[in-house]
Amino acid sequence: MKFGNYMTMEFPSKSTNEAFARTAVACFAAQMDPTLEELGDIRTAVSEAVTNCIVHAYPDKLGNITLRCRILKDNTLDIVVKDKGVGIPDLEQARKPAFTTGGMERSGMGFTIMESFMTSFEVSSQPGKGTTVHMRRRLKQRL
Amino acid sequence: MQFTSFLDQGQLTVALTGEIDHHCAKSYIQAIAAKIEAYAPATCVLDFQEVTFVDSSGIAVVINALRCMTRIGGQLLLTGIGNQPMRVFRTSGIDKLVEIKEAVS
Repeated sequence: MKFGNYMTMEFPSKSTNEAFARTAVACFAAQMDPTLEELGDIRTAVSEAVTNCIVHAYPDKLGNITLRCRILKDNTLDIVVKDKGVGIPDLEQARKPAFTTGGMERSGMGFTIMESFMTSFEVSSQPGKGTTVHMRRRLKQRL
Repeated sequence: MQFTSFLDQGQLTVALTGEIDHHCAKSYIQAIAAKIEAYAPATCVLDFQEVTFVDSSGIAVVINALRCMTRIGGQLLLTGIGNQPMRVFRTSGIDKLVEIKEAVS
């Protein structure tokens, strides 16, 4: 039975793990029979969440990132990306499109993309303690 | 990061490949800026035909290329964009800033 399946992984905040994380989640989600577009959206949102941890949560050192996926009722994929990094002092500002404290390789569109591509999206953060991104994507039931 | 580029009658084409994320974005940004500075083309075409994935770092790659071309009074074109990259570009509104030709449906 699909419902109830889950996976948890933990990895260091190395940028090579951006591709690893989104690919691992896509492999896990494959059992839900997603469309290519749904899979693309999920990979993109996971890539954004993990990149935020790597760039912002641990700016000067490596730290741990925890990624948890669960399959809920109604063919919904539940994803939590958690770090124990520096936290976000002003969440409202961080969520504004095109706002970034990153370098030239950042666009400030990460949160906007996560919000647009997922069915639900929440972020909570405590400065000095870390940030948790919780998002869900309901997949279309296919006959 | 892997890409090929060629210059033809003042048009610089840069064909990007693979997945563009934060891990490789900076290298792409610097490599494209160096090509534009070296050749000062009238038009720069970023070809996404062989690009299988972009996240918001891909937006930064396009914006930095646009800045380089604007600085020298040239034009930037995007071509060969697949479904996933196009969704990212549309969400960010970049399709309103840069001309997109021959998007892959």
